Amino acid sequence: MSDRPAEGGAHALQPEEHGQRLGQPHGQPQGQRATQGDQHEAYEPPETVTDPAQQGLIDDPHEEAPRRIVEGEHSHGPRQTDVDPRAAKRAERQVAALFAVSALATVGFVLAYVFIDLDSLDSLVWSNRLLGVMLALSLFCIGAGAIHWAKKLMADDEYVQSRHELRSTPEEREDFVDSFRRGTDDSGFTRRSLIRRSLIGAMALLPINAVILLWDLAEEKPGGPGGLRETLWAPGVPIVAAVTHAQVRPEDLAIGALVNAEPENLEELPEGPPRLNALANSAIILVRMEPAEIRTQQGAGWDYQGILAFSKICTHVGCPTSLYEQETHHLLCPCHQSTYDLADSARVVFGPAARSLPQLAITVDEGGYLVARQGFQALVGPSTWEVP
Amino acid sequence: MRPLRPRRRHPLAALAVLLVGLVVTGGAYAAISAPQGAQAVSAQSFAVDLGRKLYLQGCSTCHGLSAEGTTDGPTLIGVGAAAVDFQVSTGRMPLQSGGVQAPRKPRAYDETQVDQLAAYVASLGPGPAIPSAEQLDLSDANLQEGGELFRTNCASCHNFVGQGGALTRGKYAPDLAGVSSRTMYEAMLTGPQSMPVFSDTSLTPEQKRAIIAFVQNVQEEPNPGGFGLGRVGPVSEGLVTWTVGLGLIIAAAVWIAVKPS
Repeated sequence: MSDRPAEGGAHALQPEEHGQRLGQPHGQPQGQRATQGDQHEAYEPPETVTDPAQQGLIDDPHEEAPRRIVEGEHSHGPRQTDVDPRAAKRAERQVAALFAVSALATVGFVLAYVFIDLDSLDSLVWSNRLLGVMLALSLFCIGAGAIHWAKKLMADDEYVQSRHELRSTPEEREDFVDSFRRGTDDSGFTRRSLIRRSLIGAMALLPINAVILLWDLAEEKPGGPGGLRETLWAPGVPIVAAVTHAQVRPEDLAIGALVNAEPENLEELPEGPPRLNALANSAIILVRMEPAEIRTQQGAGWDYQGILAFSKICTHVGCPTSLYEQETHHLLCPCHQSTYDLADSARVVFGPAARSLPQLAITVDEGGYLVARQGFQALVGPSTWEVP
Repeated sequence: MRPLRPRRRHPLAALAVLLVGLVVTGGAYAAISAPQGAQAVSAQSFAVDLGRKLYLQGCSTCHGLSAEGTTDGPTLIGVGAAAVDFQVSTGRMPLQSGGVQAPRKPRAYDETQVDQLAAYVASLGPGPAIPSAEQLDLSDANLQEGGELFRTNCASCHNFVGQGGALTRGKYAPDLAGVSSRTMYEAMLTGPQSMPVFSDTSLTPEQKRAIIAFVQNVQEEPNPGGFGLGRVGPVSEGLVTWTVGLGLIIAAAVWIAVKPS
């Protein structure tokens, strides 16, 4: 064991030395460990370190008045409050003042709670402000006072407590092995192979319960609608505007127009969760641009005279995206800034989305209203492991 | 009667009668109905003329001498008076400097001049007209429907109460606080810059009025207090949390850890 804790490090200390003071307080010769009793002794001026450069303690051997920094010791000079009783007194008053402010703030909090009538929005605003400020002050000032106290007035000594050895003792380890062996023998786990094998078999089958329970969450549930990816769009389903539920004619859309739309058969679903869940993946946007401006589409002729229909659900994590910039034909998702170029098959031009927004092929029915030509051909909604 | 006969058969007699008839009926018509119309027509063409002069001076550099558009600016044929009124009376046009978006700024032309410019551009081709006072009468607007339409069609960019928000590459949807109903109506009608067009066929005038009434109504809602941080959502809130909040915590940690002197 080194007689210099600075080099030996804390780990060299034996368990019985827990609580050993390190950090030679103020100028005691190095290597001489102080005992618990000295910490309240009067301050002694530090002795000059004989040759700090030789000990590798400072970079420049010609540096004047070397600071007494010893690695592992954090040795430092006295505080103002250690040498000047007036400074100590001042610090004491500051700490007390902080605690007093906290107490006053608590009183203020109670007063604000009792005396502010919440009869108008203005008084509510003032009540919130005062309650918040008072609560913050009463909490903060206690903490700040405690820190100030510790930093300025509490004993300025540093301690090291080495941790006990993590490894169990040899006796404990042998004991464990013994009891494990005894358990194996007593239960007859090795001897009774019928029991052992049937137990292993039962355990192996157990996870099937969980698989069955999670089965219902599968997206492509065979038979019946309701799968996460199954939308209400099908051949001939009329497109209606959101909110107004009015059918949309091509001539309703000027060049540069944006219409938030949904399938007409949404209204057939019962109000509440069924309709909202269906809307959550069937919502679309219609935009119109000059047909010459459309560079590519996800299917030949899926537009109708420059009117394009896309899923409104971002393929990143499924936010509704309709920040359409008609000049650039870019569609921005407000959640994570995924940007799609609607004139180019809704290709991702920026952001974390990994695949294009699915396009819906549209046409008009005999009444001249816009309808879906077919359901979505690509999966709608956020990407998952199966749909990257 | 005799002496008249040859003249009546004069080859030009029919023409003379026709002329007299035309002058009389035309004069009578003019006397009855023309004065206002004629004045209006001449006032209109006068405004178009003045507007054209203003246009050549202030707009033609970018939009072309006959508004056909150049590489610096789009054609104005067919954009209509509403687009001109929106762009010029909010100061967005004339553009001061290039950039991703023309910002709102003090207007460069007074109301008469804006009307003249609008008249000139409207004379170039059919386009949406400046909405009349009746079209902007919000007295019977349905606030609830307006709110629903706003949240569906507008809130994605302009935020739930019209506070505005960021778009791609430095573009933004402006704050709607204090924007006149005429300006909002024209914006929906014409789709300026990044904004999509919401023509009267996709949002009826009634629905437009409902939206405007909703936007103006929410501006009057009392402020419940607290730091709104622009109320533009997680961007400014995150910025403040990361800089101010973490900064304060780091400052406190430094204060706790620093050696007392």
